[in-house]
Amino acid sequence: MPVREVAGVRDWQRRARGRRLLGWLGWLGGTAVVVASWQAISAHTMWTFVWDAPVQGADLASRMFPPRWAYTARLWRPLWDTLNIATLGTLAALVPAVPVAFLAARNTTPSATLIRPAALLVIVSSRSINSLIWALLLVSVIGPGVLAGIVAIALRSIGFVAKLLYEAIEEIDRAPVEAVTATGAGRGQVVSYGIVPQVLPAFAGISVFRWDINIRESTVLGLVGAGGIGLELQASVNVLAWPQVTMIFLLVLATVIVSEWVSARVRHAII
Amino acid sequence: MTGAAAAARRWAPPPLIASAWLRRGLALGAAIYLALALGTLRVNWRRVWEGLDRGGAFVVGFARPDFVSRWVEISEGILEGLVMTVTATAVGILISVPIGLGAARNLAPLPVYLACRGIVAASRTLQEVIVAIFFVAMFGFGPLAGVLTLSFATVGFLAKLLAEDIEDTDPAPAEAVRATGASWLQLLNYGIQPQVMPRLIGLSLYRLDINFRESAVIGIVGAGGIGATLNTAFDRYEYATAAAILMTIIAIVMTAEYGSGLIRRRVQ
Repeated sequence: MPVREVAGVRDWQRRARGRRLLGWLGWLGGTAVVVASWQAISAHTMWTFVWDAPVQGADLASRMFPPRWAYTARLWRPLWDTLNIATLGTLAALVPAVPVAFLAARNTTPSATLIRPAALLVIVSSRSINSLIWALLLVSVIGPGVLAGIVAIALRSIGFVAKLLYEAIEEIDRAPVEAVTATGAGRGQVVSYGIVPQVLPAFAGISVFRWDINIRESTVLGLVGAGGIGLELQASVNVLAWPQVTMIFLLVLATVIVSEWVSARVRHAII
Repeated sequence: MTGAAAAARRWAPPPLIASAWLRRGLALGAAIYLALALGTLRVNWRRVWEGLDRGGAFVVGFARPDFVSRWVEISEGILEGLVMTVTATAVGILISVPIGLGAARNLAPLPVYLACRGIVAASRTLQEVIVAIFFVAMFGFGPLAGVLTLSFATVGFLAKLLAEDIEDTDPAPAEAVRATGASWLQLLNYGIQPQVMPRLIGLSLYRLDINFRESAVIGIVGAGGIGATLNTAFDRYEYATAAAILMTIIAIVMTAEYGSGLIRRRVQ
């Protein structure tokens, strides 16, 4: 037990001196990096705008209320598009995500040295890039519209679903797999009777969870032209029609809350 | 049981949804939804067909990324993104800790609990990009709006998970510390903090990673970072530059993930 003597009194310490010193150095370095970063941010900021922010905020708030309720009539169609982007995008992602997950899981991959790293690279690339960036790319390639949104959501979701699914596959109970193998089952039969029943609830939960996230993300895809309610948001922000922006926010908020409730209920029922 | 009856009965694994009616109802509902959704999908297939060449150009761009011709913009954007990430994560942690303490039912009285949970819920329901639009409108273009956005998003994530972790702590050490006559702060310092610290460090590192990914996005609406450069590259069809930026992002995310995995394994 590390003990320090101060003026003849033995005082208990939680860590030995070397580890304490290391901890302090870590804190010092971390603080230095944060302070330097803050100074860089501060140098790039127009502080007159910042001091003005409370006034601007109050002004913005006064322009935003009351929301333009009549505008809702024009929002149902974009909202339907948004729901479709999220749902079809999620469905489209599930198809490639399942084989990728089986190729990436240590206990089901055909080759741990060749195929597993490739599957992991697919997962990392898909996960590192936000759906809004995928949407930027796709709008520039296949043109603005709902399809770009669906593909963007799908590309981002593949990595997410595949990662969580392959972790679930790696955590399965080995006994059923061995039992099925012992009956003389082929590789496909082992997967469909030994592994799939064990990961099916997890898979359903992951899919619904991602769908919930995708609803949230699809509401802003329109900002870069990929369809849905974000298009209306972009148009309203561009012409500074703040009462319309408020209306869109209220609708988006309601949709997100409902989708979160649905997802929580479904996951609760499965698990 | 006769042999014929046994042959006619085939075993099948039990379905995921036990109730047959619910199963059929869900399938029917899904079919109707799919028909409606695909039926109302408006896609300009000619534009998609024409765009496939550009898709090819992008794939070629990935094979030969161009780091050179826009190097100044790329390096400045990435550096700004990193700086924003570090600042926003630090600020976010500083705000999350008190709110996380307040949102833990075993530490905070009910009014404080409800207020803190309200802040967490607000932060979690609002999309980063939407928050960024607001902060840009209020604070002007630039990285400060981005830092504020990411800090706000960090609070929703970190305070919620910290509060749940505090609620899951073993009450025995806290009780023992309280029995010595410790004050509330001493209770936190000796009873709670040692239990939640490893997880808090792990979550903070994870959030650092998420914040970097998000910092690339909020630049699209003018909140600093690499997003604006990326947007311009796509608008000008400079796919080799765009590919270079994306590859840099992926490389940084991979490094951060690997590094934070190492640190988390040491502290946990």
